[in-house]
Amino acid sequence: MGGIVSPGFRGRRGPEGGEVTLPPGQYLTEDFPVLTAGPTLRVPTDTWEFVIVTEAGEKHRWDWKQLMALPSERPTVDLHCVTKWSKLHTDWQGVSLDVLFEGVDTAADYALVHSYGGYTTNLPFEDLRNGQAWIVYRFDGEDLTPEHGGPARLLVPHLYLWKSAKWVRGITLSDEDTPGFWESAGYHDYGDPWREQRYQGD
Amino acid sequence: MARAAVSGGLSPRLVWRAARLVEFRDETPSARTLVFDVPDWPGHLPGQHVDVRLTAEDGYSTERSYSIATPADGTRVALTVQLVEDGEVSPYLIETLSVGDVIELRGPVGGWFVWRSADPAPVLLIGGGSGIVPLMAMIRARRAAGSKALFRLIYSSRTPEDRYYADELRTRARDDFGLDVSYVYTRKTPEGWPLPPRRLGVADVNNGGWPPDFQPACFVCGPTGFVEAVADILIALGHDARRVKTERFGPSGT
Repeated sequence: MGGIVSPGFRGRRGPEGGEVTLPPGQYLTEDFPVLTAGPTLRVPTDTWEFVIVTEAGEKHRWDWKQLMALPSERPTVDLHCVTKWSKLHTDWQGVSLDVLFEGVDTAADYALVHSYGGYTTNLPFEDLRNGQAWIVYRFDGEDLTPEHGGPARLLVPHLYLWKSAKWVRGITLSDEDTPGFWESAGYHDYGDPWREQRYQGD
Repeated sequence: MARAAVSGGLSPRLVWRAARLVEFRDETPSARTLVFDVPDWPGHLPGQHVDVRLTAEDGYSTERSYSIATPADGTRVALTVQLVEDGEVSPYLIETLSVGDVIELRGPVGGWFVWRSADPAPVLLIGGGSGIVPLMAMIRARRAAGSKALFRLIYSSRTPEDRYYADELRTRARDDFGLDVSYVYTRKTPEGWPLPPRRLGVADVNNGGWPPDFQPACFVCGPTGFVEAVADILIALGHDARRVKTERFGPSGT
């Protein structure tokens, strides 16, 4: 939709000479802002666990040591937050969900991600597979801080950042789609930044 | 891709609406309240925000979110915008936009950081800098609804001159029965202030807030570092994390 033109508004077009293309409505930031609905959680790694529950109720469990022992990747990805900022070329380390799902027998269509503290977010199961999602525990070469979801968070960079749940503790697979925390509060069920799916109906 | 429909369908599609500036007032040398008339505005809850979209003549457009400063009032929507030096949107809203000009706005957005006037629980509001805006909407809504919920506001600002709504808060603290307001200054205090400038600490939250036993609804809004510190204090004092709602303004916000 063409917007109402504001006379005299020029706007900032990204770095000089840069050809950065951002999703619609986003602007570039060099900072790493924080979006959380409540206090920051401190989750100790000695009691940390990550649990995948299939639609049949089968549980797959990893503790922190086991997670650290899995092969890790170093994805460099762009982040797009629904609050309008985008941050490019961020550097993470973590375990691909493909590794975690290797021995998991499932035909589920949907995933509900759970966090310590009760946060949830939903997405189609296929969006967690084929090199699209990680459980990350390092950012920019440093252990992930609690403010940014440490000790470990989900990273699903092709969707708005609220899908990349902080303080992640598990994923429940299901044949049915269950809206998570922000999705129940009017945010989009899927959240593709390139289609600007911020709110329900977008 | 086929997707199951989300149940409920509480929020109708958020459409962009034309918003005409009808009046403004300066809150501080770098913050201005802009009052818009938005035909067909569906109403909102105190604490919610809107998205603002500006479009240049060549079609380039950008969006920012701003908290609503007032409770629902027909087609009127008031925002208080803090000038961000070399910002992209706030300089235009503050320095260029004139009465009668039209911008685009959509909302209301956010169903979490909201206060409902039917809720009788005590309320603790802690705001830092421009984080006062959604909290002020709650204070104004409380009076407008005739709510008897007990409110306490702790407002941290750099200097007395940086406070938004200073006169109104002074009047309300006197006239709105059940509303207490306390201040913290981080750079410069008013003359005769008993304490040196400092960051908000445990003692301020203890003295100006409610005991955890009262089970107050806590709303904390401000820059990220401020919110992190205050939320940690509330948890350390024994407040239930589920009753601490936060809204963080990133360093690149506005």
